[in-house]
Amino acid sequence: MTEMMSEIKRDHMMKMLEDGKRLDGRGVTDVREIKVITDVIESADGSARVKMGKTEVIAGVKIIPGTPFPDTPNIGVLTTGAELIPMAHPTFESGPPGEDAIELARVVDRGIRESGMVDVEALCIVPGEEVWMCFVDIYALDYDGNLFDAANLAAVCALKSATIPGEQYGKGENKPLPITCTPISITEVKIGNTLIVDPNFDEEQISTARLTVTTDDVGNFRAMQKGGCGSITLDELSLCLDRAVEKGAEIRKIIG
Amino acid sequence: MSGHTDMVLVDENGLRIDGRTAEQHRPFKVEAGVLNNADGSAYVEIGKNKVLAAVYGPRECHPRHLQNPTKAIVQCKYNMQSFSVSDRKRPGPDRRSIEISKIISEALEKVVLTELYPRASIDVYIEILQANAGTRCAGLTAASVALADAGIPMRDIVPALAAGKADGHVLLDLNKEEDNYGQADVPIAIIPSTDEIVLLQMDGNMTREEFDHGIEMAVAGCHELHELQKDALKRRYSKKAEEGSE
Repeated sequence: MTEMMSEIKRDHMMKMLEDGKRLDGRGVTDVREIKVITDVIESADGSARVKMGKTEVIAGVKIIPGTPFPDTPNIGVLTTGAELIPMAHPTFESGPPGEDAIELARVVDRGIRESGMVDVEALCIVPGEEVWMCFVDIYALDYDGNLFDAANLAAVCALKSATIPGEQYGKGENKPLPITCTPISITEVKIGNTLIVDPNFDEEQISTARLTVTTDDVGNFRAMQKGGCGSITLDELSLCLDRAVEKGAEIRKIIG
Repeated sequence: MSGHTDMVLVDENGLRIDGRTAEQHRPFKVEAGVLNNADGSAYVEIGKNKVLAAVYGPRECHPRHLQNPTKAIVQCKYNMQSFSVSDRKRPGPDRRSIEISKIISEALEKVVLTELYPRASIDVYIEILQANAGTRCAGLTAASVALADAGIPMRDIVPALAAGKADGHVLLDLNKEEDNYGQADVPIAIIPSTDEIVLLQMDGNMTREEFDHGIEMAVAGCHELHELQKDALKRRYSKKAEEGSE
């Protein structure tokens, strides 16, 4: 996900940030406009298309009966995948998911899994034999930075809109997928000594470190991931955590 | 982090199943220069974790399109050996090891003076011989000793250690049972001279107070581990000096 950037633009962006300003007019903690449309795909059991500024992501949920893992015989299966398809950006290549896509999927997965968003115990059909398996697949459609939060949002909204297709498989009535909370991730990157929320592509290019923090409805921490070759100080970490709680609550209100 | 067990992980005296208190880490062992062919190597034990790290480079970067004309890249490969866990692990990289390799590479790239070796690659191989919760920390701890052993200029040597939560207690350096049945795990790696964080992950459920307490313990634990890293390198090079004077 790297591209060359002219030094004059980089210097200009850095200089603006010293005054707390960003090239696209946002303040350091401003999140881009969020648009969510759910139930966009009829063939999926749940779906959402999410725009954060010019970044666009689609997530679909497929729920099918299957065999539980031997060590969790009464618990449903939940897996999250992500693909960075060539349509979304000239630097994305086709083929099996690379390390960026894998990291993205695993960070989103961790937020959903660790928050207990989906009540996986309620996905048991016949104990030890059959459970509902819930697959969340995320595709980047248009990449302008911060895929982590866009992907998290798309996955969360798709799950919230999802229906267990009991009738299709002769396993009882259709019913909503049991949801317990709304995990929201907030990603910040460090440029110079400034931390900014919801970076766009250009901002990601000149950043040194990234931190994604996922909170639950009561503001507890459920997942974190630091990325990038830079470091963050303990004070910066503390600032990120405060912002993740505050911004997470704001976004939770937007998506309802 | 499923948190379903009848097992008591922390007893009424605040002691853990392996007899440790909340702030105690498992026994550490760090050795530098344990392999012949590698330019640098290290062996680390954190409790029952046994980890080898080897460094090759700086050397020509393959594949070549990854070359950076301004600096070297650090390419880490973290690998669990098939017999390192109780069930046999299928050999080869899985999604978990690809993610761990990526974040360890990024953590090391911060401390290595990569600008000294444009276009080159510094290859770090981490092999988990035995796993017992905390392999990424043991692996990164070993890798930074191996880099120093290879004579690669670095800003500092990085130690890594996890904090976590089990039975509602914030604990340092979770063992397997605490990791499996506990409520949170927070592995971190720091630059000891500045306390900057170069690796941070978290999963589970923690309040702000619990998290802050965990980080404080993990940073303190990292400093202890850092002393052992330096000590291992001193032992290694005092031995080399003796050999040289004979």
